[in-house]
Amino acid sequence: MGQPLIEIKNEYKIYIMGTEQVYANDNINLTIDKGEFVAIVGKSGSGKSTLMNIIGALDKPTSGKYILNGRDTSTMTDDELADIRNQTIGFIFQQYNLLPKLTLLENVELPLLYAGIKNSERKRRALESLGRVGLKEKYAQYPNQLSGGQQQRVSIARALAGKPSLLLADEPTGALDSKTSNDVLNFLKQLHSEGNTIVMITHDNSIALEAKRVVRIHDGKIIFDGDTEEYASKFQISN
Amino acid sequence: MLQSFKLAIKAILSNKVRSLLTMLGIIIGVAAVIILVSIVSGYMGQMVEQFEEMGVNKITINCRNMNTRHISDDDMYSFWDEHPEWLSGLSPSVSLSNAKIKSGSENLESTSITGVSEDYLDIQKYVIEEGRGLLYADMAGRSSVCVVGAYVANTFYGSSDKALDDTIKINGKPFTIVGVIETQDEDNFDEGGADDFIWIPYTVATKMTRNGFINNFVMTSTDVDHTDDITNALKTKLYDVFKNERLYNVMANSSIIKQLNESIGTLTAMLAGIAMISLLVAGIGVMNIMLVSVTERTREIGIRKALGARQGVIMQQFVIEAAVTSTIGGIIGIILGALATKSIGAMMEINANPTVWSVLLSFGVSVAIGLIFGYLPAKSAAKLNPIDALRVD
Repeated sequence: MGQPLIEIKNEYKIYIMGTEQVYANDNINLTIDKGEFVAIVGKSGSGKSTLMNIIGALDKPTSGKYILNGRDTSTMTDDELADIRNQTIGFIFQQYNLLPKLTLLENVELPLLYAGIKNSERKRRALESLGRVGLKEKYAQYPNQLSGGQQQRVSIARALAGKPSLLLADEPTGALDSKTSNDVLNFLKQLHSEGNTIVMITHDNSIALEAKRVVRIHDGKIIFDGDTEEYASKFQISN
Repeated sequence: MLQSFKLAIKAILSNKVRSLLTMLGIIIGVAAVIILVSIVSGYMGQMVEQFEEMGVNKITINCRNMNTRHISDDDMYSFWDEHPEWLSGLSPSVSLSNAKIKSGSENLESTSITGVSEDYLDIQKYVIEEGRGLLYADMAGRSSVCVVGAYVANTFYGSSDKALDDTIKINGKPFTIVGVIETQDEDNFDEGGADDFIWIPYTVATKMTRNGFINNFVMTSTDVDHTDDITNALKTKLYDVFKNERLYNVMANSSIIKQLNESIGTLTAMLAGIAMISLLVAGIGVMNIMLVSVTERTREIGIRKALGARQGVIMQQFVIEAAVTSTIGGIIGIILGALATKSIGAMMEINANPTVWSVLLSFGVSVAIGLIFGYLPAKSAAKLNPIDALRVD
């Protein structure tokens, strides 16, 4: 497999709350290879969101190392992190986070715009990406003209547009009904089968079971890291 | 960059009322600068023009002659002889305010009568309509001749050519009308107007005064550049005679115009400065709205940053938005200011045109305001932490 895509070593994230130190992430060690489909599971307040922010290069660890694609992000400047996010990570948010005043095409174009790709190429790739989620013909519409499931597909299209090494999904089904949730999960599985690396953050064990590998966080620590079947049997979860 | 402009226009259009209110400050400020500066410089320009019409080369001398200390026409003519290269014309100006003037049986109550030299016509830049001007021979021979204004000729003789060779009685003495001057002021062609006058040879007029003194002289310089030399030399000469600066006065039109221009400059700068304060206030308004805009769009900024927008890109977006807002305001202000200048100018009957520099200045200032006052909000937007920004609903 060569070099892992994600390598987190002795990572701590400590927040100061008044006089108290809160260990949101407490000595996390995690390695994810290219092509994996990993679910990071935890209750609210477990530190999974903090870990997602670290993996997503949205935040820097208090101490420890985060090596993404062979590059250490812990000493990077704000702009360098922005470039890393732009080039290596495709975000899929719970609330879709589409810009309401931009058309679907313009939304999907955004990461390409920040990558400095020129206009015609940008449009071509954004349309292609919208085509992959089956919304090509709606490219000129605005997000509020779409259903929640469709909006989430647009946000997946946006995440895919830049051909990132990592797709990072934060509760991707959190705002969707069960049917559309299934559609989205199936689509993520399909993307995984096409070779994409996917890291999915969720609080929902049943959704975590859709992944190939589960990492469970509790009180800022990893308490389980292994195969989905092993996870299901150990925590006695049935699908 | 182009994208940022598109976004800016979109953002402005999506909040029309607020954008308009923000622009209003700029619009008023810019229009105020243009109106004030243009009206004042138009008005003052007209004053300068009036002085210029009277002749930039003209120098006037007034003195209070006394029996012991006085100057005569000979003194002034010898001054010209001393500096022949400086002067192109000289005329005493002897005003006979109490003279009784009669044309036939009619009294001319309002007509001014002045004793002048043969140069006076050119000094005043008047033009002969009929006949001739006064000649040196008229001075030397103390001829009983006169040149009259168009009003006198028309009112008392019917027309200019009918007046010619007729006579007019001054203190009972007949004077032959040898010339008529072209109409000076058609709008005010009336008693006591600019065309109601009589010129006679100053040598004759001097005899008619009580004490035979000449208190006023006018001269023209060959070049405006000599003005200072001439006034200085005249002052020295007059001081030698009068020994008291209060007994004479030398006044050059060009230096009045210069002073006038200087005070126009100061006045316009002052007015522009006051109007600039309103632009400053408008700028603070822009900053205020931009700060609100940044707060409102925190989530948008978070999304953009998460997707890889660098600080500079976010910064640029907001600075450009502020600059576009204030620039549009500036352009509207220029248009309104120019229109208002024209209509106010027409109302005040002055030729007021929006000056190029006031337009450029106010446009430049409005763009600068956008950039300067947009900078701080943009900076705070660029510095937002994407996690915090995404957490906002």
